[in-house]
Amino acid sequence: MGGSAYVASSTSAVPAATVAARHSALVRVAHWITVLCFFALLVTGLEIVVSHPRFYWGETGNVLTHPLFQLPIPASRSLVQTGYGYVMPDQNGWSRYLHFQAAWVLVFIGLLYVIWGLLTGHFRKGLFPVPADRSWTAFSSAIANHLRFQRPRESEAWSYNLLQRLTYLFVIFILFPFVIWTGLAMSPAFVSAVPAAVNVLGGQQSARTLHFFVTLALVLFLLVHVGMICFAGFSSRMRAMITGRVR
Amino acid sequence: MSNFSRRKLITTGLAAAAGVVGLGATERIAQRYGLIPPDHGGIYGLGETLTYASQRLLTRHSLAREFSPSQISHPPLANEMPPLTDAYKRLQAGGFADWRLAVGGMVARPASFSLDQLKSYPSHTQVTMLQCEEGWSYIAEWNGVPLSHVLDAVGTLPQARYVVYYSIDPDWWESIDMADALHPQTFLAYGMNGGELPVGNGGPLRLRVPRQLGYKSVKFITHMTVTDSLKGFGKGLGSASPEGGYAWYAGI
Repeated sequence: MGGSAYVASSTSAVPAATVAARHSALVRVAHWITVLCFFALLVTGLEIVVSHPRFYWGETGNVLTHPLFQLPIPASRSLVQTGYGYVMPDQNGWSRYLHFQAAWVLVFIGLLYVIWGLLTGHFRKGLFPVPADRSWTAFSSAIANHLRFQRPRESEAWSYNLLQRLTYLFVIFILFPFVIWTGLAMSPAFVSAVPAAVNVLGGQQSARTLHFFVTLALVLFLLVHVGMICFAGFSSRMRAMITGRVR
Repeated sequence: MSNFSRRKLITTGLAAAAGVVGLGATERIAQRYGLIPPDHGGIYGLGETLTYASQRLLTRHSLAREFSPSQISHPPLANEMPPLTDAYKRLQAGGFADWRLAVGGMVARPASFSLDQLKSYPSHTQVTMLQCEEGWSYIAEWNGVPLSHVLDAVGTLPQARYVVYYSIDPDWWESIDMADALHPQTFLAYGMNGGELPVGNGGPLRLRVPRQLGYKSVKFITHMTVTDSLKGFGKGLGSASPEGGYAWYAGI
């Protein structure tokens, strides 16, 4: 909340186009639909993992094979020995239905966003590092500023800094495609048509394990993202993403 | 500004109208080409229909991955299952000599097959993966007769769209569309890893649908019904799975 006071009390120059929205309507709608879908996918994905909280590498894995690791949680099926002495209720049915439904919505809104972003220059103008920042010096100074927990300047309410740009590009063009890919690589029907999708990952169980780790990376992003929103000024940043206005 | 709003309103209205007409046309086309799953109702119907329709279009003729014998999982996993029924135990006591697979419904020549009859057909072998919706999997060599061979023997009628199949346990039944039923890898398996199909893996007879998750590969198959509609079976959702909250189509 301190950050929002900082933004509001500052009187330094603000870009002339204060009437323009910080985030366009499409970005805002896509953002919040993604939030909803991600939350649904995360909860249902966890529910599905609970039915077999063991992970493997390669093509196959089951209770008779050595796991890569096992999560220290009780399972929702009695096949897995967890040491807890009880079995959690099975939630896989609706979890699987909702997981794929949310995935479809995410794919559609993601495609819409990416096509729109390419056509309007959103990525080029708003997310690719500005020319001045395309150097190791700029990169290391951005890291140093972050490590010193330097609060963002007010002008940054209108534009992303270098690390934000790189992170968002990584999430949009690396993590989300990879989480979709590793998800599809677990589908026996999908890989019958596109076997390379699973073969290059090292097998169906490898795909499942990678799906789990990409999810962890996305959760890590979410935590840092929300943390930084609070740090930079929660109400100002939330207002910008809900109404489009910075203040 | 008001001019702009009006134009926007008209455009939006036209787009919405086109969308509704488009949806209606899409639905008719989808019905005609069999792209609507029986469990398309309810709040998850949209996602389920998208999954089934897209995978059906993408995978109509694709083959499940086959593996080398060195990739077979040892020891083979026999997962948990409901207790064997008395009817099963009686047949088991007789060495499954009286086990029958009855095939009826929309077929020209309804028939009942003994295991020996099924084994007299040209046998096929495949090394494929069985994948459970829980997340585990194993690879085995399956030995049996393609379902399409049995369906040819009974002569499915042209209007057939689904095959409903039942375990000896009356609560356990599933169905697949004709694309999967006639698929060369959809198999009535009676052998595994060079021996008889063990009881724990569905012996003496199990359906294998390797392009779908394990719960479509029903164990202890005793009868099948060929049909043009799933409405009259159970609650009309296609199989026991959607009645228990699981998707009818398990390609993912």
